[in-house]
Amino acid sequence: MVERAVSELAARMRAAGARVGVDAVLAAHRALAAVDPSSREDCFHALRAALCSSRRDLAAFDAAWVATFVTPHDPGGDPGALDAIMDAARMVLPRVAQPAPTRMPLQAGDEPLPAAYSDAELLIDKDFAAYTAAERVAARALLARLARRGPQRLSRRTRATRRRRDVHDARATLRGALRTGGEPVARRYREPVLRQRPMVLVVDVSGSMEPYARMLLQYVQAAVAARRRVEAFALGTRLTRVTRELGGRDPDRALARAGERVVDLGGGTRIGAALGELNRVHGRRLGRGSVVVILSDGWDRGDPAQLSAEMARLARTAYRLVWLNPLAAAASYEPLTRGMQAALPHTDHLLPGNSLASLQMLADLMETLA
Amino acid sequence: MSVESVQQDLAGQDYLADRALATAVHLAITLEQPILLEGEAGVGKTEVAKALAAIRGAKLIRLQCHEGIDVHHAVYDWDFQRQLLAIRAAEAGADAGDLYSRRYLLRRPLLEAIEHDGPVVLLIDEIDRSDDEFEAFLLELLSDFQVSIPELGTIVAQTRPIVVLTSNRTRELHDALKRRCLYHWIDYPSVQREIEIVRARLPGVPDAVAERVCGAVARLREHDLYKQPGVGETITWARALLALGDEATLEDTLGVALKVREDVERVRAEGVLG
Repeated sequence: MVERAVSELAARMRAAGARVGVDAVLAAHRALAAVDPSSREDCFHALRAALCSSRRDLAAFDAAWVATFVTPHDPGGDPGALDAIMDAARMVLPRVAQPAPTRMPLQAGDEPLPAAYSDAELLIDKDFAAYTAAERVAARALLARLARRGPQRLSRRTRATRRRRDVHDARATLRGALRTGGEPVARRYREPVLRQRPMVLVVDVSGSMEPYARMLLQYVQAAVAARRRVEAFALGTRLTRVTRELGGRDPDRALARAGERVVDLGGGTRIGAALGELNRVHGRRLGRGSVVVILSDGWDRGDPAQLSAEMARLARTAYRLVWLNPLAAAASYEPLTRGMQAALPHTDHLLPGNSLASLQMLADLMETLA
Repeated sequence: MSVESVQQDLAGQDYLADRALATAVHLAITLEQPILLEGEAGVGKTEVAKALAAIRGAKLIRLQCHEGIDVHHAVYDWDFQRQLLAIRAAEAGADAGDLYSRRYLLRRPLLEAIEHDGPVVLLIDEIDRSDDEFEAFLLELLSDFQVSIPELGTIVAQTRPIVVLTSNRTRELHDALKRRCLYHWIDYPSVQREIEIVRARLPGVPDAVAERVCGAVARLREHDLYKQPGVGETITWARALLALGDEATLEDTLGVALKVREDVERVRAEGVLG
């Protein structure tokens, strides 16, 4: 009985998107055995501590708990199910069945490749708005290659080097000294290694960005898949974190997941409010050293003063703030929208964002930010 | 040992834990599983480990994580200066013994925790500041509680330490590490509990001051601020008011609680403090 109840909880949490492994289920049984089984509250807390592994899981657990032990007819809970939990005290590591891993047959890669190099070449300067569905797929490989390039920084982790550097490697010098009869003949050095600098990508998915949002989202997806420490957000009337959704190997599925998550796709824009949320709610995740890239045309229905204030804050906390504007590709472009005018004084770089060539410029720029 | 007794013992160390936290701590002790504490800055994650060590009569060993932390910062290192001196001494005829023996071993926090004779609470603070490589190393350590030093061999813990990990969530931790741990999210306390915390930490504080400060902090936390005040700031604020005496106002001492200029300006402009 109690196996059923705990497994049911775990299954419901998994259905809600939480990751609950078999070891967590085992830990849940042990946790139940360790608390007073007659206290409903203790069982709740014990199971929660064992089954959850992040803050995100807490809501899933609460919902699963209600679904498992509280029936609508009886707000106090289903006594039958609770009895099962009380049996926990008698249980010592119960058997938990693990379903046999089912392996999906691998499907042959059906990704169309450009017939000739020149096909990809032709795409480079083409405006994203003019892309056909086939071209979007053909550009995928190029996008993936572009997305791997990004900013770097010196890490505090070091590695041994043959060259002369500032940091002395006492360990290696001593080893060398043992070989030469205790005389430290050659001094050895260590140098810092290069690490990927964290990146934050914010894509505008409002109505006015529709022609570009698809390709830019694909770029963001490729960046999340290719690099470590990339955070992705969709910006509309509100901000949606889509990093988790865009992860994984299959870009189509990732984009579909993100599409489901973002409720204001193709709607209005309140960039200031959304960036405010980025600053406040996700401020810690941004970290001090990250490069923030905003991909938006700057059409904003919100308050320009708020946008200006939030951009100023973002510029102070980020390492560099880059704005990619598809409209900026036109030679005659001038930042006339109120939103762009408010944001521009705080951006370090304004780049066009309408074609693969402009993303190449972004990659080139970011590589100089070491 | 029960949840209540853990809660009472923690309260005896002036740490007022709610039922959920006490349950998680109780499980960490009885199941001998590491516990991962997350929460906003200043909600008392580190304090849990200190109070836990005090109630268990255990030695608190703390490993503060930072970027680039590696085995030689966390587990052991060799004392090169002494080794080099020993080589010189050996040249002069003195017997220095084996250069890679315990004589020349520097024990860092993790090795200390494993070798310590008696109960240990191991606090791995701000694990999110370390990098993936170190997290992977910790994963191994937390499952077996043994370390291998190539020159000396494998050292196994006599008693399993109680392990408390804290994270500020500046990045997502690896799922494998989270799976090994019990998890608890520490929230900001309610006004009532925060008043109790201030009273416990500042014995003799007048009720009026505690209530005034905790009420103000609760109001501040309702607002969209860049940086919300933590429990530590509440206590400092109450201490500041005590030190300044009757004429001090919340408004004058706002800098104790809020450290971002825009936040201070906004709170003043909107008259949040009343």
